[in-house]
Amino acid sequence: MSRFKLFIPVIVFVAFAVMLWRGLYLDPRTLPSVLIDKPLPEFSLQTVELGDRVVGKADLPDEPFLLNIWGSYCLPCLQENPILMAAAEENLVPIVGVNYKDKLNLAQLWLDDNGSPFEFSILDESGRLGIDLGVYGAPETFVVDGNGVIRYKHIGVIDYETWEDEIMPAIAAVKAESAK
Amino acid sequence: MIKPLFGVRAASLSLLILFSLTLGLQGFSMSAHAAVDTFEFATDEQQHRFRTMSDEFRCPMCQNTSLTGSNGGVAEDLRREIYLMIMDGKTDQEIEQFMYERYGDFVFYKPRLKLTTILLWFGPLLFFLVGGWLILGIVRRAKPQEREQVVLNEDEQERLRNLLDTVKDRD
Repeated sequence: MSRFKLFIPVIVFVAFAVMLWRGLYLDPRTLPSVLIDKPLPEFSLQTVELGDRVVGKADLPDEPFLLNIWGSYCLPCLQENPILMAAAEENLVPIVGVNYKDKLNLAQLWLDDNGSPFEFSILDESGRLGIDLGVYGAPETFVVDGNGVIRYKHIGVIDYETWEDEIMPAIAAVKAESAK
Repeated sequence: MIKPLFGVRAASLSLLILFSLTLGLQGFSMSAHAAVDTFEFATDEQQHRFRTMSDEFRCPMCQNTSLTGSNGGVAEDLRREIYLMIMDGKTDQEIEQFMYERYGDFVFYKPRLKLTTILLWFGPLLFFLVGGWLILGIVRRAKPQEREQVVLNEDEQERLRNLLDTVKDRD
């Protein structure tokens, strides 16, 4: 037992070293979201597609869906668009857009040019909804469950790997839970 | 506070000029602050609170810049939000809570005292204390055993004297 005691400093040191070593590889740009497991904020805004119609929380899908923050000025959004398009075409998951701090005509042009994976895109020209969502720049993507609770957040572009390794598992977990 | 870049200053100055022209204000004092000064406050105290707070919140997008110094879209929006909340009569605590609920500890240059920050800030002290306690224990346990008093008899004293003499002679 006293032999074991001798090794305690080494064990503490190794544990610390491993922790700090891992810390070196964390991305300081991905802030942990405080909104995980919180309900989506209330809003009533127009959309890119639906003309004068004002939408709110009640208009969101009542099954798990993705909420994707995008803008026509945002190059990474263009980069992830094909993946979202493919997901929408294969009916993997409904995707709702938030057109964040953009202009309506530019947003419409962008969707015409690149195709729209969105059921509809909420028009957040002022960025006020973005603030309530803790958004700090497009693209950001939320996985929301059927009750409108945020379950996962991905910051930055979704590439094929992130889709496979992060987004799909997060959706699957939420779906499995709601199936219970 | 980080000095705004020239571009920011120029942009804010032109905004100021535009602002004062549209409102028909005369003698609007121009200072070298970032876009901050385009807001109109009812009292100096409100303006002071606004400045303090936008200095103390960190911009979530341009990291290591305060809301005051940042020209990022989010920073602009958050400054506007703080302004509106101040004019709405919200207290500093309420505004802090608003920011915390959306952006977490990250927005604070002075994070709140809670379990994780206590561990971070006072952890080293804990290590110091534990280390000191361990060293104290080791030192105490390694107390030197008391040596027996050596008593020489006459023969031995004679030999010792001779030895010392030979050493002396050698010099």
